[in-house]
Amino acid sequence: MPDTIPGSLRSYLHGLPGVDEVGVRRRAADLATRSIKTTAKRAALDLAIRMVDLTTLEGADTPGKVRALAAKARRPDPADPTAPPVAALCVYPDMIGVAAQALAGSGVGLASVATGFPAGRTPLEVKLADTRAAVAAGATEIDMVIDRGAFLAGDYGKVFDEITAVKAACGDAHLKVILETGELVTYDNVRRASWLALHAGADFIKTSTGKVTPAATLPVTLVMLEAVRDYRAATGRQAGVKAAGGIRTAKDAIRYLVLVKEIAGDDWLDSAWFRLGASTLLNDLLMQRTKLGTGHYGGPDYYTID
Amino acid sequence: MADIPPRIPPRIPPRIPVRRTYKLYVGGAFPRSESGRSYPVTSSAGVHLANAALASRKDVRDAVVAAREAFPGWSGRTAYNRGQILYRIAEMMEGRRAQFADEVAAAEGVSAGRAQAIVSAAVDRWVHYAGWADKFGQVLGGANPVSGPYFNLSQPEPTGVVGVFAPPGSPLLGLVSVLAPVITCGNTAVLVASERAPLPAVTLAEALATSDLPAGVANILTGRLAELAPPLAGHADVNALDLTGAGALAAELEALAATTLKRVLRPGQDDWADPDPGLSRIRPFVETKTVWHPIGR
Amino acid sequence: MEIFEYAPAPESRSIVSIRPSYDLFIDGEFVEAKSDERIVTVNPADEEPLAEVAAAGEADVERAFAAARRAFERVWSPLPGAERGKYLFRIARIIQERARELAVLESLDNGKPIKETRDVDLPLVAAHFFYHAGWADKLAHAGLGPARPLGVAAQVIPWNFPLMMLAWKVAPALATGNTVVLKPAETTPLTALAFAEICQEADLPPGVVNIVTGAGDTGRAVVAHPDADKVAFTGSTEVGKQIARAVAGTGQRLTLELGGKGANIVYEDAAIDQAVEGIVSGIFFNQGHVCCAGSRLLVQESIAEELLARLRARIERLRLGDPLDKNTDIGAINSAAQLARIRELAAAGEAEGATGWSPPCPLPERGYWFPPTVFTGVTQAHRIAREEIFGPVLSVLTFRTPEEAVAKANNTPYGLSAGVWTEKGSLMLWTASRLRAGVVWSNTFNVFDPASPFGGYKESGYGREGGLLGLEAYLNG
Repeated sequence: MPDTIPGSLRSYLHGLPGVDEVGVRRRAADLATRSIKTTAKRAALDLAIRMVDLTTLEGADTPGKVRALAAKARRPDPADPTAPPVAALCVYPDMIGVAAQALAGSGVGLASVATGFPAGRTPLEVKLADTRAAVAAGATEIDMVIDRGAFLAGDYGKVFDEITAVKAACGDAHLKVILETGELVTYDNVRRASWLALHAGADFIKTSTGKVTPAATLPVTLVMLEAVRDYRAATGRQAGVKAAGGIRTAKDAIRYLVLVKEIAGDDWLDSAWFRLGASTLLNDLLMQRTKLGTGHYGGPDYYTID
Repeated sequence: MADIPPRIPPRIPPRIPVRRTYKLYVGGAFPRSESGRSYPVTSSAGVHLANAALASRKDVRDAVVAAREAFPGWSGRTAYNRGQILYRIAEMMEGRRAQFADEVAAAEGVSAGRAQAIVSAAVDRWVHYAGWADKFGQVLGGANPVSGPYFNLSQPEPTGVVGVFAPPGSPLLGLVSVLAPVITCGNTAVLVASERAPLPAVTLAEALATSDLPAGVANILTGRLAELAPPLAGHADVNALDLTGAGALAAELEALAATTLKRVLRPGQDDWADPDPGLSRIRPFVETKTVWHPIGR
Repeated sequence: MEIFEYAPAPESRSIVSIRPSYDLFIDGEFVEAKSDERIVTVNPADEEPLAEVAAAGEADVERAFAAARRAFERVWSPLPGAERGKYLFRIARIIQERARELAVLESLDNGKPIKETRDVDLPLVAAHFFYHAGWADKLAHAGLGPARPLGVAAQVIPWNFPLMMLAWKVAPALATGNTVVLKPAETTPLTALAFAEICQEADLPPGVVNIVTGAGDTGRAVVAHPDADKVAFTGSTEVGKQIARAVAGTGQRLTLELGGKGANIVYEDAAIDQAVEGIVSGIFFNQGHVCCAGSRLLVQESIAEELLARLRARIERLRLGDPLDKNTDIGAINSAAQLARIRELAAAGEAEGATGWSPPCPLPERGYWFPPTVFTGVTQAHRIAREEIFGPVLSVLTFRTPEEAVAKANNTPYGLSAGVWTEKGSLMLWTASRLRAGVVWSNTFNVFDPASPFGGYKESGYGREGGLLGLEAYLNG
């Protein structure tokens, strides 16, 4: 259910405190120097694996690839049963059926992009139909895109109404709202879009589609983490953040966890509240995990390519 | 030819000239010393010229108060406006050439022609500094290329209230040469005039008073250096000292200045005839402020 | 499930080898002091002795000045600027090469976190030499006329940024053709002695840099030496005044970089999260052992409550402990004496009616530690609002109007630094132009650069270090 925003949406969003680009980058760079070693690294790698939304969003996706990924999502490291499963598998709507079958009984979530992903340039009715179809096919999580054109034009009401409508169409499925921060350009916009999505009922706010550069960055994620932290303080409702796109190494992933820990707090250090949307990242997490266990560096031949 | 009446001696005496009273210049007004004292001023040849006010410690205090009050307004003027006012001072001096020349000739014992030349140089000095008012900031400040996403700008700002000891041997040109740079850059001044030859300083004060210079920007005291210098140098609300005319007291005054870390311009080799003093007398009386600001979206 | 907590991540000490005992560095050699007195420098994080150094006496200082004078006349001032510059470039490179070693050594001797020595101090030290190296053959373009070096510079530096302060003093002096006698602080002599080794490694001509270790007496002998053409001091305002008095009448040139009580002004429209970062960096960077610290927070009444709540939450995340741990944000207080001073002033804050707050923060048992502390309910009259604490203690005051903010900010005999936080450009410039401070950080705090002049108004000292203006302090124009 959307909150009530006092006054006009525009004056509310523009009344949020500004974000200084240099300052936020400096803070993110400072946190990126955190040194995560030994036991902390082990915990971080497992946590990161649990937070992965294992993603394939290609035009060339096949049922076979989706089934392979589903198997990997359930049991990421065939050689090591102690490696935890990932949070969810993230696919295009036409692959939901295949994925649902492959994941049945695993506890791994099934996320589908919807609402005319990635550009979102379809009529609202189409977006809602897209959403309903995905949920009906078995998606437990919906990753929607906002209408960046409307947002950048200042038509905040349209963006807000679309999110509330999609949220209603989701039913019990969790709604992740993709801001596509690479197109919003400024951190002020990221903050405003975050609050807009949260008030409109988003369960998660998500950085990117992965189709636009830049995708997730540490400073953008930092601003979004501040938003969910402050939103909970203001309303009592906790929402999550998903950083997606461009996160390829375990080192990157751990930097995101540091950000979660120090900006939002330990309450968000759980796959219920933070996700990493990625594909190749998982193999590096696994490789680092093995290295930590065995003391030897691994090679890509020992992990499945997808 | 008509008869010419016999010439008879006039019954009425010739007109008695009105003499000037040489007073202090404090806060835009011309008070006598609060002490009620004065002292005789003689020419270089020892002829009595006039009595000048003999300022006291309390006059120093009053002058510092006036200078401090004037500081925000004067330093807040645009540089262009300060330049205009300095030029106006040159105009006002030019209009009193004869008076200045007479006083310089008497004080320095120089010929009328030489005195005229000194007055010309003093007038030109104001013109010189009038032009500096809106340029020294560009020469002494500027953007610094720091290695980061920051705009970084250094700008000189006036130090505040400056105590100035005018050179005793050059009562007009030396006086103008030390006062002008101090106020050009937005400071306000408490100036102790040449003890032996204070009259040009008082006449200058009269020119200042009619030249749009705000009250209190320049305050001019006449009297004994040894009496006025220590309270001025030790005053906590004075930010800097020009010790050019401090003579044998310079070291003692510099030590007094250390109590509140006043900026000090020590006595040096000054050539008042040099038509281009440049920034050498502005530099010591400005503070550089450097402002950083991020550059981002 | 394992909780993700940071495990210890100590930087290795093995990169540094500290000798048990150090001599003085005079005329290019380590020479035994004529004085018998020795000083033990300890690691403030555990109070373990690190090394013993000489406390130079008058005869030692004499010898150092003689060497500096000789080097000035025979070698350094006749050397073409371009060649002088090459020595400085060489030094800059060696510092970069040995940066990690020097960072660890600095953290050991000073107690500051390795994160800061590694990411702030050492990069700035190298940058400072690099920047000034390039000036050496361009002094004619500095706008100071036909500039000549002054001669021998007597330099005394503090313990808060030992190597950085050395760089700020030595680099401009050498670039302009002066030679130096430098006294590092009593509690942090080791990186200066490592720098002496770097001078040897760079084949810097003997006597150009002389380093005499010692305490207050040595410092007095250095700044009072009649053969000093120039005195440069960074330290307390009290000592700065003594030096200014001693120098009066000698004709020696003097620059002073002294204390501060910087105001950090936060307006209601500030980018609040970055302002919180700036407040934290302003007072907790280097344990608050920073002359330009933003030790007075002036926050606009309308956002005071929210800002303080955010500030407290942020401070709770600060990690205090082992300076060599790469995740440590707040290290050890440099000395027992400084700790006592901080404690005394914090106690005065409580006694005068202000309210102190610190996060739950266990302090190590050994060593000198003080938790990050915020005092609210502070008035202008309180000692903690007027006196420099030089520790991790923030005094919070509120204001209603910009006029009030500026009046409070300027209501101090100091004038080194200030901060302004607002998203409104005109208000920033209005405020910055009225602050009587040598450095105004707007929407940032505690950033430094060799190209940016640094120094104060009023009792924070005079002269500037860094940038073109910094050269003026070492040249006869």
